Amino acid sequence: MDKDYRLSRRAYIIGGAVFGVVILFIVRLFVLQIVNDDYKKNADSNAFLRQIQYPSRGVIYDRNERLLVFNQPAYDILVVMKEMTSLDTVDLCETLKLTPEFVRRRLHDLKDRKLNPGYSPYTNQVFLTQLSVEDCGIFQEKLFKFPGFYIQRRTIRQYNYNVGAHILGDIGEVSKSEIDADDYYQGGDFIGKLGVERFYEKQLRGEKGVTVLLRDAYGRVQGNYMGGKFDKPPVAGKNLTLSIDIELQQLGERLLEGKIGSIVAIEPSTGEVLCLVSSPSYDPHLMIGRERGKNHLKMSRDPWKPLLNRAIMGTYPPGSTFKTTQALTYLQEGIITASTSYSCVGGFSYRGLHVGCHSHSSPLSLLPAIATSCNGYFCWGLYHMIGARQKYGSVQTAMNTWRDYMVSMGFGYQLGIDLPGEKRGMIPNAQFYDKVYRRSWNGLTVISIAIGQGEVTATPLQIANLGATIANRGYYITPHVVKGIEGEVLDSIYTTPHYTKVEKAHYEEVVQGMRNAVLEGTCRLANIPELEICGKTGTAQNQGKDHSAFMGFAPMNNPQIAIAVYVENGGWGATYGVPIGRLMIEKYLTGKLTEEDEILATDIQNRRIDYGIQER
Amino acid sequence: MVYRKDSLWKTIDWWAIALYVLLVVCGWFSICGASYDYGEPDFIDFSTRAGKQLVWICCSFVLGFVLLMLEERLYETYAYLIYGLMILLLFGTIFNPNEIKGSNSWIVLGPVSIQPAEFAKFATSLALAKFMGEYTFSMDRWKNMSTALAIILVPMFLIVCQKETGSALVYLSFFLVLYREGMTGSILFSGVCAVVYFIVGIRFRSDLMDDGYTSWGEFSVLALVFLFCALLIKAYCKDSKKPVRYVLLFGLGGTLLGLLFSVYVIPFDVVYVQSALFVLLCGYLVYCFLHERIRNYLYILLFAVGSIGFFYSIDYVFNNVLEPHQQIRIKVLLGMENDPTGAGYNVNQSKIAIGSGGFWGKGFLNGTQTKLKYVPEQDTDFIFCTVGEEQGFVGASIVILLFATLIWRLIYLSERQSSRFGRVYGYCVASILFFHLFINIGMVLGLTPVIGIPLPFFSYGGSSLWGFTILLFIFLRIDSAREH
Repeated sequence: MDKDYRLSRRAYIIGGAVFGVVILFIVRLFVLQIVNDDYKKNADSNAFLRQIQYPSRGVIYDRNERLLVFNQPAYDILVVMKEMTSLDTVDLCETLKLTPEFVRRRLHDLKDRKLNPGYSPYTNQVFLTQLSVEDCGIFQEKLFKFPGFYIQRRTIRQYNYNVGAHILGDIGEVSKSEIDADDYYQGGDFIGKLGVERFYEKQLRGEKGVTVLLRDAYGRVQGNYMGGKFDKPPVAGKNLTLSIDIELQQLGERLLEGKIGSIVAIEPSTGEVLCLVSSPSYDPHLMIGRERGKNHLKMSRDPWKPLLNRAIMGTYPPGSTFKTTQALTYLQEGIITASTSYSCVGGFSYRGLHVGCHSHSSPLSLLPAIATSCNGYFCWGLYHMIGARQKYGSVQTAMNTWRDYMVSMGFGYQLGIDLPGEKRGMIPNAQFYDKVYRRSWNGLTVISIAIGQGEVTATPLQIANLGATIANRGYYITPHVVKGIEGEVLDSIYTTPHYTKVEKAHYEEVVQGMRNAVLEGTCRLANIPELEICGKTGTAQNQGKDHSAFMGFAPMNNPQIAIAVYVENGGWGATYGVPIGRLMIEKYLTGKLTEEDEILATDIQNRRIDYGIQER
Repeated sequence: MVYRKDSLWKTIDWWAIALYVLLVVCGWFSICGASYDYGEPDFIDFSTRAGKQLVWICCSFVLGFVLLMLEERLYETYAYLIYGLMILLLFGTIFNPNEIKGSNSWIVLGPVSIQPAEFAKFATSLALAKFMGEYTFSMDRWKNMSTALAIILVPMFLIVCQKETGSALVYLSFFLVLYREGMTGSILFSGVCAVVYFIVGIRFRSDLMDDGYTSWGEFSVLALVFLFCALLIKAYCKDSKKPVRYVLLFGLGGTLLGLLFSVYVIPFDVVYVQSALFVLLCGYLVYCFLHERIRNYLYILLFAVGSIGFFYSIDYVFNNVLEPHQQIRIKVLLGMENDPTGAGYNVNQSKIAIGSGGFWGKGFLNGTQTKLKYVPEQDTDFIFCTVGEEQGFVGASIVILLFATLIWRLIYLSERQSSRFGRVYGYCVASILFFHLFINIGMVLGLTPVIGIPLPFFSYGGSSLWGFTILLFIFLRIDSAREH
């Protein structure tokens, strides 16, 4: 019995072993179900198929509510491998205009999980994207011959006009880096690549919706999860209204045909950009659908660089249009008064330095200096300002004071237009010259900046903005191309005025000078009596033939439009700049061109400038 | 007779019956969850698995009632007869031409298929209980012991021949019964050691220690041999303080010195030192035997030599005895192979399903993983996934505790038996349930290798449910008739 008693103790050992196993299991359950989160995530990606519902992208209107950009249907062709029981490759190739090699390679790539990680033979795989309605129509009729193939509708962009490509921009499939930067996107999504489409991507794209479906182990959809409780409908993108006048844009692009250059027009009171022409441009239709990649590549290799938006990315010497800024600065700093006269006989000559000028009466005061675009006058002004030791103490301080005036007028930094890629131009400061000339420089060394040459560069947008600043007599509003976003208030940076460092009274002098230039000076070609145009020509020297520029606004006392015209290697400002400026202002203010001006427009449109074949 | 029938309802163990009914009902709901096709919640339809299982459950309740109504003496009387018939049936099944899932253990009788291996468990238990219950039986007699082993091993062998290795392994649970009846614990201990050597040997054989020479696997196993020998000497040899101290001091101490020397001075293979120490250990054990005249020293020597022999033959066994799919299952379990789409698919998906359940679970019929058929065999061997996913940590723990409670209850009932027959049979039931629970849930949780045996009362299938019902209710009938 003693032995039996000892053996019955083994019941506790066996019971204890059961206890040990129970504890082991419960700890393991605890780890799997509560401590570790991976299994939960795994389960979700296992079972839930989150089907994206694409929102329609916002459409784009011009300032007169003319529809510019809208959506049109396109079709993707999908294939489910398991359902593809037979495939007549020859027929498929004929119908879709493909080569047999392409079909074979495409099907092979789809099955390769390295290239296509989401592959399942039971689910839709994208075989071809963005077919046009016509191409797809043919395929649709033969669809019954191709088991396993399906057609899915998507939307792509369509354009009503063939101008304004640089402003409107385009959409294309997201790149890997764009997906990494914003987890809103998934492979195959579209994103704005250029222009407004890119800058206002967040407003235009809307918000994707989602339908949560349950998927079984074979990838087959088994229905909605929880009766659609977690589904979310897509939110359509917001429509945009541009400040662009599409007809003005059309005229601008027409006038710059065959020429390299830019026209920027701004409504001074609001900062709204009325047109933003960059030439050469391209037809936005080229960027639609499957052709985009090919065309984009072709244009990016074009030596004329049609993709470059010169209006905001081209930095040029502003030439004589810049003299207005000098006049304002000297007046405000008290270097000159309106009645100060300088002599200029064939230019500015001092201590062996010579800056040439054309023939005009001498000596002359500020107004005629602006009207005739006298180089000598402004060189003297700058020389006296930089050399005013008693006032500034050093050339460095004088230089930086000058720099601050230029910056306050919108030069030297990006203005902040609502388009991607804007350049800042160049306004040198004292540190810059100290470095270049090893601290040994004076007003004479840098004299060419007084006439918008030398180190100074600006974008056509900045020059147009200068026109707007003068039209407003001392302030500008950051130029912008979008004047309204559906259901949103425009950002306050596009409504806040920026005042320059110059008093309004001094502006009146310059305005009068510019008016005189039109009435009796360099801009006489722009004179349309009833429109009271004010203007300033520019003839910017560079390595090749001079660039032709014009900056102006009208009407003089109630400015509706400020404009900058810049034609590369166009020669005198009066050759291209002035007549183009005239036509643009006339078109905008009167809504049409007179008969003679229509003839002038056709003449300018047909003129060509020989740029040679050099890389631009 | 009338009196006895009345007393049956007073003496029967209602606790065990309640646990049984509870488990079967939970099992049915789990099958509803696992076999539920999305959008068709019709469980009573007899074409669905849930509907069919309901039929099996009703049948097993009737079966249980019938078994309680029979005279308890019948079971003991006909134990050998039942066993003999079952052996014949098992033998016949080997030549069964119908293969289902690579095994020919299923006999197809018209619309139903029966798996005799499920019923052989109670027959073997009855025969073992009857044999060990005889007055003349003694564990110490070789003849008795070998007959008992034969009763266990013959059906096991026949089931292996049916290519149902998993079901055959269940018969190992009878060793727990033998242990309770007086088999020396060192045999179970050796079994545990073999598993440890196996795991360490397979998993860590090719991992080298910091010195770059010594294999982690060899080092650990040799160190364990010294430790186990010391434990055995302490347990089985009288007056063993000195030998234990020597073995620990010289065996493990020498190993440690060798290791330190190898790591900090001159790197070399520490196994050389261990081998030398092992030879010394063998010599010392022989010396002790001759000096003290205690035979147990010889057995310990056998254990030590056997351990080393086993360890160095693991590779051979693993590569030549085990089938390739078994090798992969073990490698996956030990984390040596990571192949979630291939061999590891079942276990990986089952861990995902359970893990996604969280604390409270997703709720009845709301499990996504099991519903959408991500887990293979989810209503049979992997049924516990459904519990884990839909009822969460709470539900899964409750189910495990219900099983454990039933097993503890059975152990308690067995211990209160007046006859050895009843006690042995009771332990057979408890051990078989324990083994199924350990292997099945362990497999689903990724703790034991994938061995295809059902979870009692839960897994879909009539044979399995009836097999366990018969096993349990015979014991409850025997228990109800015990002498007070």
